[in-house]
Amino acid sequence: MAIITTPKKSVAVNPLKQSQPLGAALAFLGLKGIMPLFHGSQGCTAFAKVMLVRHFREAIPLSTTAMTEVSTILGGEENVEQAILTLVEKSKPEIIGLCTTGLTETRGDDMNGILQSIHKRHPELYDLPIVFVSTPDFKGALQDGFAATVESILKELPRPGETRPDQITLLVSSAFAPGDVQEIKEMVAAFGLTAIAVPDLSLSLDGHLDESYNTVTSGGTTLAQLREIGSSVYTVALGESMRPAAEALQAQFEIPYEVFPSLSNLDAIDDFLEGLSDLSGLPVPDKYRRQRTQLQDAMLDTHFFFGRKQVSLALEPDLLWSTVQFLQSMGAEIQAAVTTTKSPLLERLPVANVTIGDLEDLEYLASGSDLLIGNSNVAAIARRLQTPLYRLGFPIFDRLGNGQRCTVGYRGMMQLLFDLGNLFLEQEETAAKH
Amino acid sequence: MKLTQGKINELLSESACEHNHKKEGKGKNKSCTQVAQPGAAQGGCAFDGAMIALVPITDAAHLVHGPIACAGNSWGSRGSQSSGPMLYKMGFTTDLTENDVIFGGEKKLYKAILEVKERYNPAAVFVYSTCVTALIGDDLDAVCQKAAEKTGIPVVPVNSPGFIGSKNLGNRVGGESLLEYVVGTQEPEYTTPYDINLIGEYNIAGELWNVLPLFKKLGIRVLAQITGDGRYEDIASSHRAKLNVMICSKALINMARKMEERYGIPYIEESFYGIADMNRCLRNIAARLGDADLQRRVEHLIAEETEKLNIALAPYRARLKGKRVVLYTGGVKSWSIISAAKDLGMEVCATSTKKSTEEDKARIKELLGQDGIMLEKGNAQELLRVIAQTKADMLIAGGRNQYTALKAKIPFLDINQERHHPYAGYIGMVEMARELEEALYSPVWAQVRKPAPWDETAIDSE
Repeated sequence: MAIITTPKKSVAVNPLKQSQPLGAALAFLGLKGIMPLFHGSQGCTAFAKVMLVRHFREAIPLSTTAMTEVSTILGGEENVEQAILTLVEKSKPEIIGLCTTGLTETRGDDMNGILQSIHKRHPELYDLPIVFVSTPDFKGALQDGFAATVESILKELPRPGETRPDQITLLVSSAFAPGDVQEIKEMVAAFGLTAIAVPDLSLSLDGHLDESYNTVTSGGTTLAQLREIGSSVYTVALGESMRPAAEALQAQFEIPYEVFPSLSNLDAIDDFLEGLSDLSGLPVPDKYRRQRTQLQDAMLDTHFFFGRKQVSLALEPDLLWSTVQFLQSMGAEIQAAVTTTKSPLLERLPVANVTIGDLEDLEYLASGSDLLIGNSNVAAIARRLQTPLYRLGFPIFDRLGNGQRCTVGYRGMMQLLFDLGNLFLEQEETAAKH
Repeated sequence: MKLTQGKINELLSESACEHNHKKEGKGKNKSCTQVAQPGAAQGGCAFDGAMIALVPITDAAHLVHGPIACAGNSWGSRGSQSSGPMLYKMGFTTDLTENDVIFGGEKKLYKAILEVKERYNPAAVFVYSTCVTALIGDDLDAVCQKAAEKTGIPVVPVNSPGFIGSKNLGNRVGGESLLEYVVGTQEPEYTTPYDINLIGEYNIAGELWNVLPLFKKLGIRVLAQITGDGRYEDIASSHRAKLNVMICSKALINMARKMEERYGIPYIEESFYGIADMNRCLRNIAARLGDADLQRRVEHLIAEETEKLNIALAPYRARLKGKRVVLYTGGVKSWSIISAAKDLGMEVCATSTKKSTEEDKARIKELLGQDGIMLEKGNAQELLRVIAQTKADMLIAGGRNQYTALKAKIPFLDINQERHHPYAGYIGMVEMARELEEALYSPVWAQVRKPAPWDETAIDSE
């Protein structure tokens, strides 16, 4: 029911969105033993790497075909080939995740042709999966690049197999942090189901120590697991942007699916657990029944502080949707919603307006709000508007623990209630003193 | 400035850069002209470099003409600090769409410049071209000229598509735009015989503020900071300085050399890191300004500061003495930091020389002594191998290697542009000593290295 506005201006000021290849890199990083490779100039990779390192505080494997002016004119085949051979020699990846950039999309390199002829020249690469995804910088945003990558992975790697009644596939959108994935996997396991999460950031970017130094991801969805996805009995897509990937699995292997756009409000979590109960034929474990009562108690304690609060958000569509649902379920109101890219969710958002824009738009629309929700770049605006900021989205470089943070499930939602509730509470205390 | 291949070659083979000094007819270090290797390259591009060099001009708007990746994945992330205007911290981009790529982005760019002027009233607009806008053939110079006429403010084109080369080349491209469009376009209100410019110091973590009070105390006026905490007007009138002081970097050496050619301003290369280097810097400036009284004041200040420092550093020196460090950083900084570490009584057992010139290397060799290892090349594994081999206590390196050290449970100090602590000047030495001591003596090391008590194999292998 929302009216979608795209401001008519020639300059983006304080951009909210990041580029598709960055999303592709993030999705690829949830696979084990992978080396993501950007086909572009070395800066494309360096910028993406710095952002990921600052957000996760982890070493990030990411490489480049290092296009130069000359190779851009002549075509990038030689660079792609040399990059792949160098990576195989130096990093020994189990998978390579290859994506394009604005530069090579503008030039129009025929990537499928290039990969075919490289394979022809190097039969030794036959056993090395190279997942390719087209991610021009001049279209879409991080969430789109992430979703396109998951779709490419699922179109290329799973193989058909006999259905396993206890195995499900979890498709996890860019709205979910490694800590969220960990919580969701635990919920699924509590029903005796085996989940293959794609991508599984909870095993790669969760922040943990390994025995030895790795030049590729030390954890994530394994190649063997990806191959076995064709045997899953069901696909659970988390985040609307995962729908096309779920549809691809249905088309290929006739696996039914359901999309859960959010796991951060009571109704949504209830539905999710009931769905798992139906799939497994097992009742909801006591642990979650107990957590549910804790959450409801927390809702009672915190609702005083949420009621009628005016909140302004700047988030990618999937995360915007789930955060709006969460806030409204607590009685808060949405003053402004700014997002990065198109999504079928936007017009269904239960708010008056949603703006596909930048943080200049947010600053203009958010004046007078009680709370801002967005990434670390919103901090400067929060200072100017003298409004508290809850950091969510990407990148967050001025807060610790982004790899472990969890805002899904009864426990995650409860933590979110306390974190936001405390911000409101502090505001009221400060106001009372004056 | 049109960016022709000739221009790029000129910047690559900058004659004042030691990298290009050849020995026996053979280039000893080609780091300026090195072509990035597919699959192995790690660094930023020329666009990144141009922005690093120019974004610290705080009262200007920095507008990126390209798709979202170039600005969207980088704006607001640079550590350069300002004592006043905050405009430079804002991200401006034309955020090109597919349509713009097909039909050209010149009109959008022109309108974007006008909108930026209208809404933010900057002292000037720097406009950066990127790979995509260079490839589709947008005429940056023409659009900038037209927009400058329309808005009445300087609009400076920076031809910096990433694919022309490395960050280092990008620095020089940025410097070249300053030379072509900015320096010499205004006159300072007044001049003094003690006017200097600082070139190539970006005020990361506010480092300049450790040093500027010293100049002030000595009666040396910094006419323009190029570009840390810089103002457009100051840089525009920087051609009236008596001396250019290049700090810790070959990055903008083309500016120093050409300002000498055009305006007869001599230049010296100095560093603000470590007591010895800071002393030398002040002495050299005083000597080049040729004033005996100033030289006396410098000696007095050095004596005063050294005495204060000896007291402040004493407790740290006791704790840092004999600690072994591996240093991994580029260029001039490698010798500059070795000298700082030595001031604290630490032993540098290995250092990188990847970006260092022949002159840097000779200096490093002298400072390192017999057993020191010079790392020509280095990746994370190589670095860990050297740390193990030399039994080093810690790694001092750029942020990129932070997790190489931490994941191997090795203490780490960040020395590059992402760091949060100012290490320049005399006070900076105390800050650095404190950070080093804190890193080395943190109680976490014993805990993170402790095997789980129930882990039999871990105990056996100890």
